[in-house]
Amino acid sequence: MSTYFITISTFIAIQAIVAYGLNIIVGYAGQISLGHAAFFGIGAYSAGILATKGGLSFWAALPLVLLICGVLGVILGLPSLRVREDFLAITTIGINFIVEAVFLYVPFFGGAMGLGGIPKIVLFGTRLKGESLFALCLACLAIVILLCRWFTKSWAGLGCRAIASDETAASSMGISPVRFKLLAFVLGTVIAGLGGALYAHRMGFITPADFGFPVSTMMLSIIVLGGIGTLWGPLLGAVILGALPELFRPLADYRMLLYGALLLLMVRFQPGGLLGEASILKNILARMKGGNGNAR
Amino acid sequence: MLLSVSDLSVAYAGVTAVSGASFSVKEGELVSIIGANGAGKTSILNAVMGLVPSAGGRIEFDGADVTRLPPHIRARRKMRIVPERARVFAHLTVRDNLLVGAYGLRRTIDLDRKLSWLYGFFPILEERSSQPARTLSGGEQQQLSIARALISDPKLLLVDEISMGLMPKLVETVFEALRDLNREHGITILLVEQNALASLRISNRGYVLEAGRIALEGTAESLVRDEGVREAYLGI
Repeated sequence: MSTYFITISTFIAIQAIVAYGLNIIVGYAGQISLGHAAFFGIGAYSAGILATKGGLSFWAALPLVLLICGVLGVILGLPSLRVREDFLAITTIGINFIVEAVFLYVPFFGGAMGLGGIPKIVLFGTRLKGESLFALCLACLAIVILLCRWFTKSWAGLGCRAIASDETAASSMGISPVRFKLLAFVLGTVIAGLGGALYAHRMGFITPADFGFPVSTMMLSIIVLGGIGTLWGPLLGAVILGALPELFRPLADYRMLLYGALLLLMVRFQPGGLLGEASILKNILARMKGGNGNAR
Repeated sequence: MLLSVSDLSVAYAGVTAVSGASFSVKEGELVSIIGANGAGKTSILNAVMGLVPSAGGRIEFDGADVTRLPPHIRARRKMRIVPERARVFAHLTVRDNLLVGAYGLRRTIDLDRKLSWLYGFFPILEERSSQPARTLSGGEQQQLSIARALISDPKLLLVDEISMGLMPKLVETVFEALRDLNREHGITILLVEQNALASLRISNRGYVLEAGRIALEGTAESLVRDEGVREAYLGI
């Protein structure tokens, strides 16, 4: 496989991981978040600083990175989740800008010059790059997908989906809204942190702008395109939105315009996403299955 | 006394919906609160469940003051509501809707036995158990809403305007189900209803709510016989 293909695929895998985290918050628990990149960044910066200033390996730092993302998820999520949808959107945007500003203006984080010199991940004595790093990212993605699958089938996942569907009705059934929203939020931020750690070690050099508001918008676009609250939607969305700019290089300047148009078309014609309920793609897949003669 | 409410007031942004209402429900009773549209019936029930804050008064449930407790804590103490217009979880399957009702109780109740009991009571729910709840008709959603509350073995079942939006034949079926639950399964029920006659027919006692105040109370028979009630609510 060409280096080019591996590079793009690795980014797509990392983006998919982060998008899966957002899917738990927005898709399963129904809490809009427009600041998901903040936690992607917190994961990346924690990993970067623990590696460069702390001298820890990726593996030694990872539990700490996830813990930091989880704790900051609780601290930033608790006040945010007490407000209703529209305010939550604004609050999470605010979180994104504040976190980005902290990376930018606090010298400890490297400021506008960014944070460099983050070493490659070492596994069994070999430094991972190219295909082996891609394999690690894929393995992490697989774990995240399995975690999401388990979550939707668990009692906690059921509680979250009930809250997403009707918060008042769920609370009158013994389900504490704050507790379950927070659980989903923290699970989402921890997964974003995992993506951040992989990103930091892949890049070796990170800047605050890597985790700005446009990245949050991109993450939301990924799950809206693929199918909010579905198991495979974030992966499909990440592949499409990750590959499109590569396929349409000449249109690179119009990328945001294309995203915008794509989102509008999705919301207008396929609000559930490509893999959402009763979507065109799902109908085609169902028909293909039926055509095999094994239809039930 | 299972539920005793004294001097309850509910206000929305300063506008009083319920003022100084006192009523009670004994264990094993079926009690109705009847009144016209806008009399404050739903507000009373939501305040009992904790879905709207009470502006004054005291709510005692099962021997404890629950006035300041959030709804999910009241629910854990086995108070359940069948809300107006059912409010089923539209995207969850019928079975998942029922499981949400049993949330946090899987250690204390026998889930499979409870499910089969409910399916016996509402056979249509078993037929549709793997369909999303939004595909059910209005009457089926009401049945699901009742079943979802019952799965928790509630000590007190609050039922809000269950006849609203149902065809007359279904209203009868649903009221019969409520009567059976009360008489044969011993479930204590507090009903608020616009359909005064149908609800008084199955009730032990009743309260008449007028403009946020309890205007009249008594046994169901005495209310049905009361001249004022007959004229105002029963259309006789």
